Amino acid sequence: MTISYRECCKLALRQCLDQDPRAFLMGEDVAAYGGCYAVSKGLLDVYGPERIRDTPLSESGFVGVGIGAAINGLRPIVEVMTCNFSLLALDQIINNAATLRHMSGGQLAVPVIIRMATGAGRQLAAQHSHSFEGWYAHIPGLRILAPATLEDARFMLPAALAEQDPVLIFEHIFLYNQEGELDAKVSSVDLERAAVRRRGTQLSMISYGANVQKCLAAAEVLAADGIEAEVIDLRVLRPLDDATLVDTVRRTHRALVVDEGWRSGGLSAELMARVCELCFDQLDAPPARVCTAEVPIPYPKHLEDAALPQPASIVAAARRVCGRG
Amino acid sequence: MIALPALDRPTALALYREMLLIRRFEERCIELYGAGKIRGFMHLYDGEEAVAVGVMRALEHHDAVVATYREHGQALARGLPPGEVMAELFGKREGSSGGRGGSMHVFDAQRRFYGGNAIVGGGIPIAVGLALADQMLGRPSVTACFFGEGAVAEGEFHESLNLASLWRLPVVFVCENNRWAMGSALDIDEAETDVATKARGYRMAAERVDGMDVVAVAEAAQRAVAIARKGAPCLLEMHTCRFRAHSMFDAQGYRDKAEVERWRERDPLLVLARAGKSHGLFDDDALHAAEQHVRGVIDDAVAFAERGTWEPVEELERHVTAPRPDRRRA
Repeated sequence: MTISYRECCKLALRQCLDQDPRAFLMGEDVAAYGGCYAVSKGLLDVYGPERIRDTPLSESGFVGVGIGAAINGLRPIVEVMTCNFSLLALDQIINNAATLRHMSGGQLAVPVIIRMATGAGRQLAAQHSHSFEGWYAHIPGLRILAPATLEDARFMLPAALAEQDPVLIFEHIFLYNQEGELDAKVSSVDLERAAVRRRGTQLSMISYGANVQKCLAAAEVLAADGIEAEVIDLRVLRPLDDATLVDTVRRTHRALVVDEGWRSGGLSAELMARVCELCFDQLDAPPARVCTAEVPIPYPKHLEDAALPQPASIVAAARRVCGRG
Repeated sequence: MIALPALDRPTALALYREMLLIRRFEERCIELYGAGKIRGFMHLYDGEEAVAVGVMRALEHHDAVVATYREHGQALARGLPPGEVMAELFGKREGSSGGRGGSMHVFDAQRRFYGGNAIVGGGIPIAVGLALADQMLGRPSVTACFFGEGAVAEGEFHESLNLASLWRLPVVFVCENNRWAMGSALDIDEAETDVATKARGYRMAAERVDGMDVVAVAEAAQRAVAIARKGAPCLLEMHTCRFRAHSMFDAQGYRDKAEVERWRERDPLLVLARAGKSHGLFDDDALHAAEQHVRGVIDDAVAFAERGTWEPVEELERHVTAPRPDRRRA
């Protein structure tokens, strides 16, 4: 039976609400409307308005309320419609959620979960399409997750509920409608390790979120050309899983980073740096990256497509790294 | 002259001692700052002591407190051990926050003292969240949230008042209106300078209070806590004055010295001393004894801080995330 990524997110929410009476969902239009991306549709009827809690358009306010409630014994799951809006709550996320444990000398724990949509691809233009997970991955004290698969969409949230620290979950808007079979053998996931989504021997493609699928598509094209690429899904953007990075690059000796964030000062830069720091002697070629063009995301489809990493641009970059450009 | 109808001698003396402790504690802080024992930004509460002392009187141990970067007074009035507060200012491991926070970030989870928040307005949503948890978990506690009048220009103030009122949360918002947001007067920053009026716009009870009169503050706080305890937020606008600079790096070119001198005539210590003496609650000997007592407490606090230890550099990366003994550290 097929299931959508959106449905997996909803099942994950239900599991949290069912297993932990301290858990509740809070955010703009999560209750009566059913969630901007329909993730929480129907949950109001099941759990009631206390636990499926609509908030005013006050990102800083309700994210801060989630932080305060987390300090005081609850397990808030806060939905911010998109990471673009989360910029209105940056003060609370960075100055409070990420610092309160430290500033208090370890007295306070802030087990708040903040879910948000990220990414481009739906012609939503320059204020609804950006990828800010790389920024958040810069911040000590936060755990940053990017579920790329149905299994991760289904099980990362319940795993995050067990954390004692703030966890930010970035759900790529392009994934919500994706459908497939949920692996029946999977009933939980870890929040530690990256995953190898495709085995290969000649090149490591390192990506996360919706771009993992673009890498997998590119890998098929490359395979037809005799290049076997490994595809790494980072899953956890902070803390990064250095061990898996090192392991893959030691085997393939070539690395290509694919990131929907911008190149300058982004997560891709961090990944490139780690590959060089940790595997310099193992590299047979300079590592490379495919990122979003340094432009606010444009509205017209042809320009949006051109701005984003695509299988074709990933294939071209991979060929160059492999000396086949 | 304030009326002291319900005050008995022990209560009046306790209020005086608590305010005096804050005043003398911070005077010692200035010396210690000069001596290099305390560094960073340090904001003093001199002149505003009646606000913290009066409000804390109305709170129970199970209630919560959120304060700002000018929070030495709230911390001491809440009952944090003065030695631990002083050790925090020194940056010692024995400090309230293990030395990690310093003057602006005093925390004590056991006493439900949640900082020590140094982003203006940033603590207000946290207070609303604390109250939401208390409400959802069926606890009887209220949260007292302190902030200055400068914070009412921040969006977080408005977002938080709206949420607290919308959800009927037990928060007492305590605005310490000393009229100076660092160097900007309230009427330079705000179209509506009446903070209580802003709160009423969010459909909550609000009261203007003489923040130099600890008895008036305590009585207003009792009324406010009673409202909150029944499940509704309210706001107290405390009119007060910080006698000293904004921080240790402020030459105060923005305000007239005479203004502060006028307020000093209503120094909360003088106001209570005059009233207490006129009502026969205490005499000069009692006030002198209070000075002696407070001096001893502060001497002990400084000695405690001096004896304190520096956290080993090897522990630098502690307290960033929860320990994961069997896994990698973030």
